[in-house]
Amino acid sequence: MDYNGSDTVPGPRAEDHLPHTAQAAAKIVIVGGFGVGKTTMVGSVSEIKPLTTEETMTQAGIGVDDDFGSPSKTATTVAMDFGRIRISDELVLYLFGTPGQERFWFLWNRLFEGALGAVVLLDTRRIEVSYDVMGRLEERGVPFVVAVNTFPDAPRYPMAELRQALDLTPDIPILECDARRRASSRDVLLTLVRFLHALHLTGALT
Amino acid sequence: MNPPVPPQRRRRPATRHQPPSPLAPAQGEAEGDGKIPERLYVVADSDGGDRAVLDLVTLIVACAEPPPSSTPEQTAVLRMCRSPLSVAELSAYLGLPFGVVTVLLTDMLAAGLVQARAPIVRQALPDRSLLEAVMHGLQRL
Ligand SMILES: Nc1nc2c(ncn2[C@@H]2O[C@H](COP(=O)(O)OP(=O)(O)OP(=O)(O)O)[C@@H](O)[C@H]2O)c(=O)[nH]1
Ligand SMILES: [Mg+2]
Repeated sequence: MDYNGSDTVPGPRAEDHLPHTAQAAAKIVIVGGFGVGKTTMVGSVSEIKPLTTEETMTQAGIGVDDDFGSPSKTATTVAMDFGRIRISDELVLYLFGTPGQERFWFLWNRLFEGALGAVVLLDTRRIEVSYDVMGRLEERGVPFVVAVNTFPDAPRYPMAELRQALDLTPDIPILECDARRRASSRDVLLTLVRFLHALHLTGALT
Repeated sequence: MNPPVPPQRRRRPATRHQPPSPLAPAQGEAEGDGKIPERLYVVADSDGGDRAVLDLVTLIVACAEPPPSSTPEQTAVLRMCRSPLSVAELSAYLGLPFGVVTVLLTDMLAAGLVQARAPIVRQALPDRSLLEAVMHGLQRL
């Protein structure tokens, strides 16, 4: 990373400034197990060079949701990369890729709670690495879509079979994607936002 | 050769994590094309005071030039926030953890040096036009 605590903080490049009319921001989270392509997806759709924010967690800060609370008292630093898309003069969308290690997900309650929704990335070579985070989203009532990353050597399952294995309700979209391609990642985000819109229409989101 | 059957998952019921209470007015009366009210919501601190709740995507805007008394961090924030910038971006550019930045910003909000533009959260969607705006924005990418 090219930032540090010196008094010459670089700050955003001129072309990365948001207009003064920017009134509010929303966020979408991109989740999934270790190495499924979260950082790649954030980077492929972001209009700014992806940035990293971090949080230092100590035992005291972990009490909110402690079912994975580690017994050790050591501070843990969690880094999370994110990108940004300008939606309009008033509205900005941020995309956050959450850390791969399962035990860190609970640290980001705040992130999940405010998010419009989530993209769950799956790697069919290791599907189950994304199962825990799916359960966590369900527990919190965060709507999500499932994007199956098309790694070349990964097994291809029929979507119906995957849907059944994932125990998805019939309304939840599942689609293939290549997280390295902007158009493909954008289509995943569009699928999520259309899904949220449909939930809104049916009154499932209030 | 057929691939093995994918491992079976069990859907989890929604539990203790009920959606947070709406942080925006319940009737987010969107005027015209979805005008978003500027607001700063607060929660009661454990010690009784009110404290701004800063989200990773709360937008921060400077409302003053750095006063002579400002610390280097405050000066850096005020310089970067001449145009709106999220707390997450401030954290990234300052190289400071999110929690440290929220403490810094809470002081600056109290001193009237910066303003905060609250994020849109899922439960506070003013109306469908917001999601429609996001769809259109993504389609242009
Ligand atoms: N073929 C293919 N490769 C991908 C795709 N997405 C990511 N990769 C590759 O997979 C590797 C891991 O991707 P990352 O984006 O770093 O994964 P991550 O989920 O951020 O990983 P962690 O943060 O370590 O959990 C990289 O080498 C990517 O280039 C995809 O859609 N298709
Ligand atoms: Mg990553």
